Amino acid sequence: MTSDLQSFLFGRLTWADFVHDPVMAASGGIMVVGLLGIIIGLTYFKKWKWLWKNWLTALDPKKIGIMYLIVSGIMLLRGFMDAVMVRFQQATNDSLGVLSSDHFQQIFSAHGSIMIFFVAMGVIAGLFNLIVPQQIGSRDVAFPFLNSVSFWLFVAGMIIINAPLVVGEFSNAGWLAYPPLSGLEYNPGTGVDYWIWSLQVAGIGSLLTGINFFVTILTMRAPGMNMMKMPIFVWSVLGSTALIMVVFPILTATLAMLSLDRLIDTNFFTTGGGGNPMLYINLIWAWGHPEVYILVLPAFGVFSEVVATFSKKRLFGYASMVWALMAITVLSFTVWLHHFFTMGAGADVNTFFGIMTMIIAIPTGVKVFNWIFTMYKGRVTFATPMLWFMGFVVTFTIGGLTGVMMSVPAADFQFHNSLFLVAHFHNMIIGGVLFGVFSAFSYWFPKFTGFRLNERLGRYAFWCWLIGFIVAFVPLYILGFMGAVRRLDHYDPSMGWQGLFIVAGIGVMLIGVGVVFQIVQVIVSIKQRHQNRVGNDPWDGRTLEWLTASPPAEYNFATIPTVSTRDAFWEMKKTHTLPKDTDVEAIWLPKNSANGVVIGIASLAFGLGVVWHIWWVVVISLIIAIIAIIVKLTDDHPDRQLSAKTVARMAHEYTLKENHG
Amino acid sequence: MRKDKKRPLGRGTQVVISSVIGVAIVGALAAVSYGRDIPVLNPHGTIADQQYLLIVITVALGFFVVIPVFILLFVIAWKYRAGNTKAKYEPELEGNRKLEALWWGIPCLIILILAGITYISTHALDPYKPIESDVTPVRVQVVSLEWKWLFIYPDYNVATLNFMNIPKETPINLTLTSDAPMNSFWVPALAGQVYTMTGMRTQLHIMANTVGVFHGSSANISGEGFADMTFTVHAMDETDFVQWARTAVHSPAMLTSESYAELAKPSKNVPDTTYMLMTPTLFDDIMMKYMAPSSPSSSDADTKKTDTMEHMHMDGMN
Amino acid sequence: MSRAEEEHAIVQRKSLGFWIYLMTDCLLFASLFATFAALRNNTFGGPSGADLFDMQFVLIETMVLLTSSFTIGMAVLGASRGYKKQALIWLIATFVLGAIFLAMELFEFHALVEEGNGWQRSAFLSSYFTLVATHGLHIAVGLLWIIVVTIRLWRFKFKHTDLHRLSLLGLFWHFLDIIWIFIFSFVYLIGGMS
Repeated sequence: MTSDLQSFLFGRLTWADFVHDPVMAASGGIMVVGLLGIIIGLTYFKKWKWLWKNWLTALDPKKIGIMYLIVSGIMLLRGFMDAVMVRFQQATNDSLGVLSSDHFQQIFSAHGSIMIFFVAMGVIAGLFNLIVPQQIGSRDVAFPFLNSVSFWLFVAGMIIINAPLVVGEFSNAGWLAYPPLSGLEYNPGTGVDYWIWSLQVAGIGSLLTGINFFVTILTMRAPGMNMMKMPIFVWSVLGSTALIMVVFPILTATLAMLSLDRLIDTNFFTTGGGGNPMLYINLIWAWGHPEVYILVLPAFGVFSEVVATFSKKRLFGYASMVWALMAITVLSFTVWLHHFFTMGAGADVNTFFGIMTMIIAIPTGVKVFNWIFTMYKGRVTFATPMLWFMGFVVTFTIGGLTGVMMSVPAADFQFHNSLFLVAHFHNMIIGGVLFGVFSAFSYWFPKFTGFRLNERLGRYAFWCWLIGFIVAFVPLYILGFMGAVRRLDHYDPSMGWQGLFIVAGIGVMLIGVGVVFQIVQVIVSIKQRHQNRVGNDPWDGRTLEWLTASPPAEYNFATIPTVSTRDAFWEMKKTHTLPKDTDVEAIWLPKNSANGVVIGIASLAFGLGVVWHIWWVVVISLIIAIIAIIVKLTDDHPDRQLSAKTVARMAHEYTLKENHG
Repeated sequence: MRKDKKRPLGRGTQVVISSVIGVAIVGALAAVSYGRDIPVLNPHGTIADQQYLLIVITVALGFFVVIPVFILLFVIAWKYRAGNTKAKYEPELEGNRKLEALWWGIPCLIILILAGITYISTHALDPYKPIESDVTPVRVQVVSLEWKWLFIYPDYNVATLNFMNIPKETPINLTLTSDAPMNSFWVPALAGQVYTMTGMRTQLHIMANTVGVFHGSSANISGEGFADMTFTVHAMDETDFVQWARTAVHSPAMLTSESYAELAKPSKNVPDTTYMLMTPTLFDDIMMKYMAPSSPSSSDADTKKTDTMEHMHMDGMN
Repeated sequence: MSRAEEEHAIVQRKSLGFWIYLMTDCLLFASLFATFAALRNNTFGGPSGADLFDMQFVLIETMVLLTSSFTIGMAVLGASRGYKKQALIWLIATFVLGAIFLAMELFEFHALVEEGNGWQRSAFLSSYFTLVATHGLHIAVGLLWIIVVTIRLWRFKFKHTDLHRLSLLGLFWHFLDIIWIFIFSFVYLIGGMS
């Protein structure tokens, strides 16, 4: 093959790009084997049609939500393995020479990127899909097809970020890829391009999710549910989606500009040509800071629901909580510079952003007190969801304290980019977001499966995570004080840091035991599901989702309930006014659609094509995506009908199942 | 809700186990930290001293919130646990204006105090602010390279690689730039850090209290050899410093534009070197590499740029 | 809720969703505007806006685009009143004007590249090209959308859902017009004066 034809067909892809060092090859191999296993299994059990019809092309947000959780869960394992390798490298101080510096840098870059974009963002999208429609008394989201597109863009991005395990390499520039390091001059390979395009594709999916749920909450609430009667989780989603809508376009633009620098030699962030890397840092953090609030607000919402339910009491200070959520949402736009106090903006600018950062601590602190006082004069039971809450308050408060410490610019000069910083943000993300996710998982699991999770294993998992977290991250705070910076693949042994790194390594292994418990918990719970069947209301809940069957019917509610108070379901139970499905009407639900899958595949091809400079793939995938969009958007019959008779029959069947367990 | 009736561990056992785990963790941490150098908490520079004080004050203020949170969390969770039937149960209790005013108000107050402290300290400890002293400052120009640090002493015609000698109790005026990806100059024992960027000039003012050897590193990832971006700062008596500078200027190694171009190429683990500085304008030359080629139309924009950038404390022309 | 009420609610939701999408697009442009503002003087020794922009040419471009906003408004009006032929003519006119705008823009770009003032020349030129080309890309999407709508209007019975989609297209087109006004003002007018 002539080299011209070769470079046209394959861009800059060559056979050499498939060759990797043993560790990466092994990781890639495991992934490929896993994938093959799934494919073989589906073929052997003849489940392809079932999968396609019931899951992949489904527009039911419950299905989409579960798919988000499954993909995010798998990505959690990948990101966790990256973390284990980082801890191992630093605990052994590279004495085994297993990972090269470059490989190590790719590992922590992948760790951060995957955890933020493909675990945290995926999990909150999953929660939005599963919980929001049911909590507001709706059957679906505002834009069901867009919902599917969002999910498949998420999957496409996920595939792109995992592709470097097999072909090419990943970025070594950290989870935010600052230029000039991420520019063409210092990083001409495929690494940063993989990073850009996986985030770009997934980011568009996130933006669409934001619009979808924002409109859903504003327009699809049950009759009688005005804003101040919404469950507080829904408020938190409103805040989160508002943030998504405002800041994800900034990410899109910034990634595009970095990409243009790398593809067509523009000079946005280059060292010469008038480029300004500081501009990238400002833009990326203008997105980046609100991003962490996008992740944590839903976690706050989850805890509000969990504490109220398990204290059998109203949430303390609902209005205050709403104000606090909205304050945090707005304030999160005003603090981004605290991520680079050390870049030399001057005392006045630093002071402003430092003070704004401190101010955010106020509404956050208010929430903590309101949660605690929800338990006050309540009847508190400590099932697993509540344990996660208790762990959250402990860890998140410490994280908040360290955050306030760093919000003072002059002090931050001693903390920035050290392991103190790393410990702080893991404190917030693990203690806040992840614990919130685990609490949500154990809380709502019975709703979507119809059976409970094994409590004992859940408790073991919790304690392993909590203690493991403390053992893994407190040493990092101390190391920060000792002057250890982040992202080191080795250090001078005479610094005396190794002991602390070893302790941190033990902590991570303890967390690993917790993860194992969680996996075992799910398997065991599935095995024991017949003994642990539940009805629609296993926790004596307060909000509308506990009205639906467990698992809910496709349409959620046979008749949309009318609501008159906060904690509507609790009120209904108290006043014996639970709705009866007597006069059911026909229900319209969206038909399945393969176009979401097509757009996802096209986006995947697009992204990979740009990474490898295979332009014919880029053009064709773009055309396919456009055609798929046009076809779907000009579809005059997107819905199908469940006749009143069908609905009545299904409602009756669900009632029978409830009463007979 | 069906509770797990099997309770193999009694309350007492649970408390004992928790305490053992707690003590084990604290013990392990203490064991691996004892006797080690903790520069942020045990500084040797005037700036770092003040930063340490700031940290202590911030933590103390923070404890006004953190301690009550922990106490309330455990006391309330314990008292109102479902098993305690003696506790009052008010399911409809949904707020208390006075309490809410308390925990909106007190954090506001604390943040107000902290805001004042922030304003004062941020201005006092601005890295661009010269240190007040009767002693004449020593100028050092710092360049971060792939993957080493170059220190230029323009008033002594000396340059050093991967180590910096300074006189103690003397203000050191650092101007920094980069000829590599963005780095961050950090000597925690003496002061906080500041970024180094191509075509830009940042500043840092430090002063060592005592004689000593202090560890420095880069705090911003800059490529494969990033972990090797460590250097040492030797603070010595003033007379020793001057003596060293006088001998160092006769070093066999010479730093010219050409030898610098060689030096700037990517390399790791380069041994400490002392140079005779042959090109006194080397630092400015390095910065100019990234700037526009001079032409009539550019000079206007350049001056405008420096003016607008002045208040941001960064000199750099594009 | 009856099916008719439900369908009405769906249409309203789509309008709200589209408005919100336009606001997010606004933020995308805002990021590019902010970048332009930050980099507008980074000419790296090369030419600035004053040296490069042909104000007359840009004025004609602007008039073309503004006129196309008028024509698409007429198309939406015509379609909503059931005047199919009118609506088609106005739609085609909009397409032609939009295509002229795009052609003029490409011509301008080509000239700049030919004389060595392409996007690689300086940060200023990078941000100029990117901002204006992003707008141009949106116009191209709009043109594609016009084609689809025109074909449906011509070949198929134009249903109320099509009318709604046409109104959203009109919204999109007007939005792009407004963005262009900002580009015209900040990039060309202000940037073109040294």
